[in-house]
This record gives sequence, structure tokens and C-alpha cells, in this order.
Amino acid sequence: MRSAACGKRHCYQRVGTYTQPEPNHKPKVNYCKIPFDPSEVKSYVRHVHVVRTNPGAHPWTQTLLRLPLPVSFTNFVGRKLFLFLVTIQGLGAFALITLGVMLKKFGAAPKVVRPLVLRETSRAGVKLLPVFLFLAAALGLVIIGQTVSWLNKFQLINYLGTIMVTVVVRELGPLIAAVQVLARIGTANVVELGTARATGEVEALEALGIDPVHYLVVPRVVGMMLGTFCLTVYLILGAVGSGYLWAFIQNVPLRPGDYFRQLIDALNGFDFALLALKTISFGFIISIVTCYHGLAQPLRLDEVSNATVRAVGQCVIGCVLLDAIFIVAYLAVS
Amino acid sequence: MNAPEETVQTPATSAAIEMRGVSVGAMSDPGKIVVEGIDWTAGLGEFWAVAGLRGAGKTEFLMMTAGLSAPVKGTYRLFGAEMPMYEESRLAERLRLGLVFDDGHLFNLRTVFENVALPLRYHRNLSDVEAEPEVMRLLELTELAPWADSTPGAMPLSWRKRVALARAIILRPSVLLIDNALGGLDARDARWWLGLLDDLARGKGPLGEAPVSVIVTSNDLRVWEGHAGHFAALSEGRFTVLGSWEELRAVQHELVRELLPGRPPSQTATAI
Repeated sequence: MRSAACGKRHCYQRVGTYTQPEPNHKPKVNYCKIPFDPSEVKSYVRHVHVVRTNPGAHPWTQTLLRLPLPVSFTNFVGRKLFLFLVTIQGLGAFALITLGVMLKKFGAAPKVVRPLVLRETSRAGVKLLPVFLFLAAALGLVIIGQTVSWLNKFQLINYLGTIMVTVVVRELGPLIAAVQVLARIGTANVVELGTARATGEVEALEALGIDPVHYLVVPRVVGMMLGTFCLTVYLILGAVGSGYLWAFIQNVPLRPGDYFRQLIDALNGFDFALLALKTISFGFIISIVTCYHGLAQPLRLDEVSNATVRAVGQCVIGCVLLDAIFIVAYLAVS
Repeated sequence: MNAPEETVQTPATSAAIEMRGVSVGAMSDPGKIVVEGIDWTAGLGEFWAVAGLRGAGKTEFLMMTAGLSAPVKGTYRLFGAEMPMYEESRLAERLRLGLVFDDGHLFNLRTVFENVALPLRYHRNLSDVEAEPEVMRLLELTELAPWADSTPGAMPLSWRKRVALARAIILRPSVLLIDNALGGLDARDARWWLGLLDDLARGKGPLGEAPVSVIVTSNDLRVWEGHAGHFAALSEGRFTVLGSWEELRAVQHELVRELLPGRPPSQTATAI
């Protein structure tokens, strides 16, 4: 195996069943090109450039990655845990940088940035509406189709609206919307930004004095937050409507007025607040993770596909964990 | 964000670029020094050709000069101001420097018009319509108007390089850096570039009467005869000022022979 950093063949000695690096050989640490602002001046991004937005460049990480495969399961778990923490660190730093730029450059170059925000909102919202209406109809069918027969058996048809609220409004609606936005827009984000990074577009922005985070990341973050929220609302409305339609087709003795009264009774103000917060948080997580994997680390074109896979996995984990936190919060409050 | 519209006070020094004991790090590994000991001064309106063979560090040198990486050692001043500069308050000074990348580094999802208009729109907060007259004027001058609605992927290299040039000069920089300026161009395109760069350096180009310092990198010095007034070479990690064309011709060194293909090999090679 040849080191990408120093070009020397790694000199491993056979020791037992695994290899160890020679003690005298010190591979050079390859500090990758700094993503945004490579200056040595004091700025809000410099401190996170070398290590935090690019945790793979940290000497410890490099050393860890060069180590031979672990011989025990605990070593394997430890290694994975370490890399997980490094990723969390990088994502956290990137999120903070993005928030900092959003605040610091709020209102800067509005005639350039606002059309970008509108475009991203349209891409992550309006253009996904047809597929979301289809999903809403399918979701109503699945839930009503499965629950009506059971509720009829136990004479609990009056709980149909409550079930719709619990399942669609609080849980499935936001999660399905987030997964759809991730699949349709999040992956495109990684590919676009990763390609831009690999082909030098980010350096071109820097050379033109344009902050890449302000120009490339902020519109995507705002657009995906708004888009995810709006699509979730449409998905819920569509699912609730189609739910009654399927119930009507199945001859459920439930008048529209009664159905919607059940829905209203099951909902409270906290549901609306939590729904807005949850969907906006999902949009934030998806946009930050996908932008981070596309932009914050130096990429070659052949690495873009792997970065996309990593981003999708981390987005799903992030959204599910956040969902769990919201469930706990809801249970605690209610 | 109206930085370029602000009036920038040029210091009394006539030097556009001044480097003292500068060392340049590799782009992939800033700790690895590619070129060291650069002592160089380029005046306003001077036309420099910096030559070197493949891997000599021309691109790294130019990226550092453009402020995309900091010098590992030494001091580098642009119009008297220490580089690199990234503070928002010094953006206007920084934008006095334009850079054309070797392969353009254009924004592939944007049209030619959008590529050229972006710096103008971003720094002066203009809409597409407001930026259109200035952008179209530059596109006409660079013969790019028919390509205005095309994306870079649909264009040949020679036209992409022109788009990169138009994008770099739309903010009217005082110093223009061009990496591998004539690489991959045919004779007609090369003549067009040389003519435009001559005009820019003399203050007769599309940027008005203000002379522009032009610094190009190349691996062949012959084409710059009669155009560049100053020559320098990058070799074995050293930056050497060769002087004018006549002084360059007088240098007897293997490197100069390689950078001037067709010149008879020297009998007694001397150090440059």
C-alpha cells in the first residue's frame, strides 16, 4: 500500500496475525487544501479550517486511518466510535459556520442571494409537490385501509381522526417528507457541490471574493428548511383528505363533519408548534449534512458517489435521532 | 457589499506586487515548500511571463500570488498591503487582483452570461437586467456574445478560457494573473489573446486607460517575444528574474534552452 501523503510504500512488519508500522517510518501528514478561506489571518472560519471542517486532516485521524485493521471487535467498535465523533465534530463546526455566515451576511448581496433562495425553495418544495400529492394519497390509503377494518371490529370508528393525527401529523408525515427531500434534493446537493469542489469552482468563488458558504450553502439551507416544512404540511393535508376518501369508499359510517371534528379534537397548539420545529429541523439537518459532504472536504470526482452514500446514511440517522428526541419531548410535555 | 465601488487609495509605491523572501507551499500540502526565496517586484502596467517546466510550481506560485494560499515564509504585498487579505473591510483591495485559472474553473451549472455577471452582481448588488449592459459589452469584446446562453460544458476549451478571462476582468482589476495563458489554444486564438493582453498592459484594452499589470505563466517562452517585457523562470524550487527578452536571449542555461525550444544548445551552460 502506497501512502498518498509521502509516496512511500508503507513498511509494515508481520507481527503475529496482523501488521504494525515500522517505528522509524513517519508518514507525512497530508493537510488537504483548506476549503474556504485559506488565509492565516484571524477570522471566524480559520480556526475550524485545518481540523474541524475537515476532520480527516487531523494528524490523529490520519494516524488512525493508517493503522492496520483491528484484530478485535472492541477495537473495531472503538475505531468506528472515534470516526463517528470526528464526523459529529466536523458537522457541528460546519453548522456553526453556516449559522455565523447567515447572521453576519444577512442582507448582503440580496439581488443575488434572494433569487438563489427562491430557486432552492422551489426545487425543494414546489417541484416536489406532484410526487408528494401521490404519496399523500397512498399514505391515506395505507393507514385507513389497515385501520378501518380493525376499528369496525371493535366499534372504535370514532377514533379514526385521532389515529390519523397521531400517525400522520406527529410521526409519519414529517419523516416521510424528510426522506423524500433527502432522496430527491439532498443527494443532488452532494453531487452538485462535490462536483463543484472537485472541478475548482469553489476556488474560483474565493478568487472572485465571493464567500462559498454564503453563495452555495446558505440558499440551500434556507430553501430546504422552507421546502421541507411546506411539503410536510401538504403531505399531511393530502393524507388526511385521502384518508376520508378511502374511508368513504369502504362505506365507513362517518360523516365529513364528524371526521374533521375528530381531527380538530385530537390536535392542540403544541402539535402545530412541534410540527413546524420538527420539519424545519429536518430540513436543516439534511441541508447541513449534504452540503458538508459535498463542500467542506476536498473531493476528487471519483469520490463524489461515496460522499453521497455517506451523506444519505448520516441524514437518515440524524433525522431518526431527532425524531426520537421530539417524541420524548412530546411525551414529557403532554 | 459595495466594496468594488469604493475608491481604493493606491500607496505611493509604484510596485503592484512586491515579494521578499517568499516561500510557496504546495496546494495539497501547504507544509511542503515548492518554491522558495522569491524576491520579486512587478510594477503597474508591467507584462511578466513566468516560465517553468511541468511541476516547477507555476500554478502554486500563481495561486499564492492571487491570495488563495498564504506564503509559507516571507512577506508579500499587493499595492503595499500585506497579502493574503480576507477581511471584509479589505475586499476592495483584494478585488484589484484578477485570476484566470488554467482550465477556467467556470461554474458549470451557470450560463456564460451568468458566469461573467456573477462577480459584478454579487459585489455591486445588481440584478441580471442591471448587469446586462456591462456584461454584454464584455462578451462582445471577447467574441462570446453568441455563447451567452450556453453552459461551459457545451463549449470548446478556447472559448471557456475566454469566459474565464471575461469573468476575471469584469471588476476591472489592476493586476491580472493568468495560469498557462496560451495552453491548448490554436494560432488564431493565441494571437487574439496576445493582442488583448498587450492592450490591457498598455491601458488600451476594454478596461479603459488604466494600465494593468499582466502576469502569465507558461512553459514556452517563444510566444511571448515582443509582448511580455519581463521574464522570470521557476526551476528546482527557485524563482529567477531573467530580465527583458534581450537579456533572456543572452542567458546560457539548459533551462532557458528548454523553455525556448528550437534554440541551439549552449556550448557552455552557465547558472542563471
